[in-house]
Amino acid sequence: MMMSLGPYASFIVTSYLAAAVVVIILIAWVALDYRSQTQRLRALEESGITRRSGRSATDMR
Amino acid sequence: MTLIDLANPTRFLALTARVLPWLAAATVILLTIGLYQASLAPDDYQQGATVKIMFIHVPNAWLSMFVWGVMSIASLGTLVWRHPLADVAAKAAAPIGAAFTFLALLTGSLWGRPMWGTYWEWDARLTSVLILFLMYLGLMALWRAVDDPSRAARAAAVLTLVGAINLPIIKFSVDWWNTLHQPASVMRMGGSALDKSFLIPLLVMAIAFTLLFLTLHLAAMRNEILRRRVRSLQMMQASRVAFSSEVGAGSRQETASKEAGAA
Repeated sequence: MMMSLGPYASFIVTSYLAAAVVVIILIAWVALDYRSQTQRLRALEESGITRRSGRSATDMR
Repeated sequence: MTLIDLANPTRFLALTARVLPWLAAATVILLTIGLYQASLAPDDYQQGATVKIMFIHVPNAWLSMFVWGVMSIASLGTLVWRHPLADVAAKAAAPIGAAFTFLALLTGSLWGRPMWGTYWEWDARLTSVLILFLMYLGLMALWRAVDDPSRAARAAAVLTLVGAINLPIIKFSVDWWNTLHQPASVMRMGGSALDKSFLIPLLVMAIAFTLLFLTLHLAAMRNEILRRRVRSLQMMQASRVAFSSEVGAGSRQETASKEAGAA
């Protein structure tokens, strides 16, 4: 069944699309930032720099 | 696990690793239900189908204030209790709050054009929300401008608490001033003015967006903790390099003076 959005369909569709785009950008930002930080931590560990506790910098347990 | 236990970033990271998949799943399920219910909601007798914008606009508008409220509590945690995760929470929430406020302004504008005949009006509600958006941007700029995270945290905490004055102004602006924006219709004395066919999808969408915020916020806090780990390891690396070059220079000097003595 096709939803009828009336004469202002463009305003409604634009609102939902804008919300979807912004939410996708937020999710991508969080995911890419996580990947970037874990890569930097691994690179530091590989160069011999370790935490004082001796645990892995990417350890989350 | 108590709040004190969570003061340990490693324990907090362990908790987020366990909780995040469940939060993300609950967000997706509730968003799907909310969007489905919103698509089935009837047209309003005055607004027609444009009432569907409400299901996106209102949750974002609520969250724009809720996130600043969370940041204000975190700021108290920074200034009063010096909780190690308080400034992490405040810093991680700011870009997410800015995004929700931007969406509230944009969708409100897109709703306003067909209903009021204008995208923008400098009335008290719209202007106070625009000020909130600018304060989010200012706060993010402040975090970036100061290198030392603990100094940036204290300055940002003071600014956040001062900015919290804007929250009651936004909430009551429609009562205190004559505004184009409608007064509260969900949270008001005497119960909601909305029919159940609109109220239920709206509440589901509001809970879904709140869960979305919690998911993104926990993930962004985890990233911020990792960023600080990177920073402290980089400082260790820099100090090791400085120490070894000092030791190297010292031993070269010693050798040179011995050679000079032998000669």
